[in-house]
Amino acid sequence: MIANLIVRRLVLGVITIWVMSALVFFGIEILPGDVADAILGQGATEETLHAIREELGLYRPAYVRYLDWLGGLLRGEVGEALGTGRSIAEMIGIRLPTTLTLGGLTAAIAVPLALSLGLIAAMYPGSLFDRAITFGTLIVISGPEFLIATLLVMLFAIELRWVPAVSYLSQDPTFQQIARAMLLPVMTLVFAVLAPMTRMTRSAVLNVMASPAIEMAILKGVPRMRIVLWHALPNAFAPIVNVIAINLAYLITGVVVVEVIFSFPGVAKLMVDGVQSRDIPVVQACAMLFCAIYIGFYILADVISIVSNPRLRHPK
Amino acid sequence: MSALLRIEDLHMEGRRPTGEWMPIVRGVSLEARRGEVLALIGESGAGKSTIALSSLAYARPGCRFTGGEVLFDGTPVLDLSLEQKREMRGRRVAYIAQSAAAAFNVAHTLAAQITEGPAVHGTMPQAEADTQMVDLARRMRLPEPERIGRKYPHQVSGGQLQRLLAVMAMSCGPDLLVFDEPTTAIDVTTQVEVLAAFKDVIRESGAAALYVTHDLAVVAQMADRIIVLYGGEIMEQGGTDQILHEPRHDYTRQLMAAVRPPPRASGSGADLESSAQPPVLSLQGIDAGYGGVKGGKPGVQILFDVDVDIPRGQAVGVIGESGCGKSTMARVISGLTPSFEGEVRLDGKTLPPDVKHRDKKDLQRVQLVLQMPDVSFNPKKLVAQALGRPLEFYLGMTGAERDRRVGELLNMVELPADYAGRFPHELSGGEKQRVNLARALAAEPDVILCDEVTSALDTVVGAAIIKLLESLQERLDTAFVFISHDLSTVASFANRIVVLYAGRVAEQGPTRRILSPPYHPYTRLLLSSVPEMRTGWLEDHRATREAEQAMADVVNIGLTGCPFHTRCPLMIPGTCDVKRPPVHRLEEDHRIACHREIGELQEAPGVHG
Amino acid sequence: MSPAPGATAAPVRREFRFPPLGVYGYVCIAVLLFWLFAALFAPYIAPHTESAIVTGTSFAPIGDEGLLLGSDYLGRDLASRLIYGARTTLTLALVATILAFVLGVVTGFIAGIAGGWTDSVISRVVDAFISFPTIMLALLIVSIFGTSLAALVCAIGFIEATRVFRISRALAVNTMTQDFVEVARARGESLWWILWNEVFPNAFVPLSTDFGLRYTFSILLLSALSFLGLGVQPPYADWGSMVKDNMTGIFVGAAAVLLPALAIFTVTLSINFLVDWNLARAQKDISDELVK
Ligand SMILES: Nc1ncnc2c1ncn2[C@@H]1O[C@H](COP(=O)(O)OP(=O)(O)OP(=O)(O)O)[C@@H](O)[C@H]1O
Ligand code: SF4
Ligand SMILES: [Mg+2]
Repeated sequence: MIANLIVRRLVLGVITIWVMSALVFFGIEILPGDVADAILGQGATEETLHAIREELGLYRPAYVRYLDWLGGLLRGEVGEALGTGRSIAEMIGIRLPTTLTLGGLTAAIAVPLALSLGLIAAMYPGSLFDRAITFGTLIVISGPEFLIATLLVMLFAIELRWVPAVSYLSQDPTFQQIARAMLLPVMTLVFAVLAPMTRMTRSAVLNVMASPAIEMAILKGVPRMRIVLWHALPNAFAPIVNVIAINLAYLITGVVVVEVIFSFPGVAKLMVDGVQSRDIPVVQACAMLFCAIYIGFYILADVISIVSNPRLRHPK
Repeated sequence: MSALLRIEDLHMEGRRPTGEWMPIVRGVSLEARRGEVLALIGESGAGKSTIALSSLAYARPGCRFTGGEVLFDGTPVLDLSLEQKREMRGRRVAYIAQSAAAAFNVAHTLAAQITEGPAVHGTMPQAEADTQMVDLARRMRLPEPERIGRKYPHQVSGGQLQRLLAVMAMSCGPDLLVFDEPTTAIDVTTQVEVLAAFKDVIRESGAAALYVTHDLAVVAQMADRIIVLYGGEIMEQGGTDQILHEPRHDYTRQLMAAVRPPPRASGSGADLESSAQPPVLSLQGIDAGYGGVKGGKPGVQILFDVDVDIPRGQAVGVIGESGCGKSTMARVISGLTPSFEGEVRLDGKTLPPDVKHRDKKDLQRVQLVLQMPDVSFNPKKLVAQALGRPLEFYLGMTGAERDRRVGELLNMVELPADYAGRFPHELSGGEKQRVNLARALAAEPDVILCDEVTSALDTVVGAAIIKLLESLQERLDTAFVFISHDLSTVASFANRIVVLYAGRVAEQGPTRRILSPPYHPYTRLLLSSVPEMRTGWLEDHRATREAEQAMADVVNIGLTGCPFHTRCPLMIPGTCDVKRPPVHRLEEDHRIACHREIGELQEAPGVHG
Repeated sequence: MSPAPGATAAPVRREFRFPPLGVYGYVCIAVLLFWLFAALFAPYIAPHTESAIVTGTSFAPIGDEGLLLGSDYLGRDLASRLIYGARTTLTLALVATILAFVLGVVTGFIAGIAGGWTDSVISRVVDAFISFPTIMLALLIVSIFGTSLAALVCAIGFIEATRVFRISRALAVNTMTQDFVEVARARGESLWWILWNEVFPNAFVPLSTDFGLRYTFSILLLSALSFLGLGVQPPYADWGSMVKDNMTGIFVGAAAVLLPALAIFTVTLSINFLVDWNLARAQKDISDELVK
């Protein structure tokens, strides 16, 4: 039963990623013109265009090129950047650790923090703490990421001069250099992700706390701590995992903005530069990478909720 | 003996949607003594649960204490600290909720939850608590008492869960038990066992009990004393016999008058003339269900080979327990859930199964009235619009003619004509249900399908609706299909009764014949399970029904053979569990589906004693 | 008091009651009105045009050289640019949101009411787009269609439409299972009649709340794109690109960086606050129902 559901979820995930890849690839085909036009720009002659098309195999039918591209994705070979001709896989490979560190650090700080804040707020609904959390998160949610970043830079880099405003990493950075470079970007991201995650955690737990089973526990004389941890949390588990997955979308948006603000040498910056120079292969590769990570976490969240569902774990 | 619980001049308030606080309990005083069961009765909104919960020093979110005192064993509990309240709850005062399915935590085993009380209150070591649980489960006659604790709530039937809730309540040996409508959520045939178990628990423990319910017949079985509440105030209190048989207060009398006598063959149900004329509506071999149809069968099949005839101008009651397919039958007739096998015939003409393919004239002749008055109306539309639409749609009435007719319809259901200008939320539940009927009447149909039209209403209001239905049925030449889980209501009103069990017709025939032998075994169980309004009925019932107590109380749908065989005392092994029962056709179109011969069914032990 | 159960009806109340908003609520409304006014009458109230270079000093401080809020990196009047920026940002986001609702509500209602095949097909297509993180989808669309105003509005409108579809479909499905719709179907009403008379009136209030939320998302998404240099292009002033263009001024602590970002913030916060208040009110109604 459970295994069945999990397999079904995994298959669905693979199909989703596959459909996304098709959308990413064929989206470009809608446009008049092709990669050759993009490379050569407006002044190109027919001959040079023809030559490049030959070289890139653009005369083959679209679905053949798609399958080619898809196969490349699976093998980790995603072609060359149009402008520089450098291997895209290599470019991403160099930058991926930086981006993953950024996202990972943020998650490592924001998730436990958001869960505890949301949980405490839900334990004492209507209290001063709860109202402060509700109000504070609403404010943070309303601000664009670059406002948070700007304020942090003004405070820490310019007023206090603790950290650099821009994160250039030397070839062989020391730990201190990395830490200083990471500080503001991570802080910005934590702020941006913390607010929605706290709010959603709070309402997920409140939802569970309003159930008759919790009222029963109160009337049995169970201490409050135990009610929250033993009665409410196991039931709030699946919704909370879901909350974390949902907030990954905020994290990705945040990463994009933050890498640009701090000139951070990560994959998101690479992608934004790609969009600016209309370097389609780079954009496609980066987009697929982010989407795959995103969907991967979504599937993980679903699998966790399936596994943690007592009705499924202990069938009749 | 001094009172264990004393409530003095209790005042409480609840918050309305508009945000203002309104009194919901006004100056209630009462006393409960050890070894005594005190029942709180009244209709919804009377403040029964709120008062009962105050004995645990608990007010639901949105309610608050505003005055008075609750003394438990001499201690004013409302003034206790949170920690002191916690120590009292569960250990000295225990609560048994309305729906055990909702009150148990789905994430933990039953044993873990039942022994949680002793653990958090430190009343006994874990091992002892486990043994005690098994012991209590055995005394409650739960199946497999040693192993049931290892199950999860969703693995146990509703009736068993409700008893397990009582086991949980007993785990700390409380002095006061608070029962909050503990059998409202379960079917009548399982209720008897649960009531009996509760009664044993109270007697054996010597605790005091508060028993909240709106069901007077249940009160008669359980209570020593009764308090009648209305609008947060005590109307009358006294001994059970006095309240039930010589009510003094007007309101108590109204309540008593609204109670239907338990179904009896004699005198109930207007008798029909001959049913020789062809039925206005007939179902023939209906199979229906939900979910996409695969290979000629739907995902879940609910109705199996249902044959029912509805004679013109008569009232046909459809009865069965929750989930047996009563509503599905109404939906099949109206075409909302198309049957995939069998035919619906209107005056001999076969109707297309799907409402989309039926023509207006046929649609007009069959009208549907649904259970929940609150969701039966578009909240954005006036009563005049709700009633006006069928007039316009079927009869082409417009303008002044339509408005006049709306007024007439409202008068037909005994409402003033100016109600046309109201929105649904400006009507009470009973009034909504009347407008609901008027909407069906507007089409001037031949058949009105009423699906549990009184079950969402209070007893008194529901009784008034039944009265209205009776008078309408007398005046008009309309057939009523009256669906209900309450046999007493159906029996007092219907000319014929159809008994459904697990999607199959167990028995059907004139009311008088259904209520007297020969009985289908399920009908007999049903009839004998309806509590009577007299003290001592429960004991009598148990004395005669001892043999049947080990029966499973889970309905199995879609088995081979007779669906009732898992619970049937007359089951013939090797036959009932493998072969579909034949239908015996007796006179007056009385049909019984059973493998037993009519003679055997005739002789089986009688219903009343 | 003498009990007369069932005979009493709720009194008929018809008068309009002003919502008890509280101080914060009125401040929010005032903020929104202020920006609305700025957007509508930009040419009449702005002291300069949005592209006029009025001083040689970049990042002139507040009040300097007679410029109310100082100048930006090119020496343009910041106050004027903020006013014109309100016009661009708020209008583009509004058009995108309206587009999203037209698209989303129509397809959502059709899918929710028709059910079956139609529903499955539309829902699967939308699911595919919803699976993208918003920013990824936005970047992809921009990289394909470029950054013209029309392309931006369509991109944001399309992305938001997938979310509006979800809600509209859920609302329609929800209403369709209500008893009053069952009654209408049993009466033989057409789907169109049901849509117009039963579904739409009941979906209106939740949809209008969602409109507020979607509008803030549109503003934030548009600003994020502009900030990345992939949104509104010069010579138009829009709040997001103003932040980006003046980013170098951060070292001199210029108002030119902070003010446009704050402007976005005041609008989204005001809308969010009003929406939140509205939701809280709806929820309170529900919880009170439970208590009753
Ligand atoms: N739309 C649906 N889809 C799937 N299953 C359904 C649907 N509606 C009802 N069922 C199932 O069909 C069975 C019969 O339901 P039905 O509503 O006909 O019972 P009922 O006799 O009216 O019960 P009650 O007394 O509780 O109203 C139940 O098991 C129910 O869960
Ligand atoms: S067929 Fe058998 S099991 Fe079914 S009711 Fe008759 S005797 Fe009982
Ligand atoms: Mg039903």
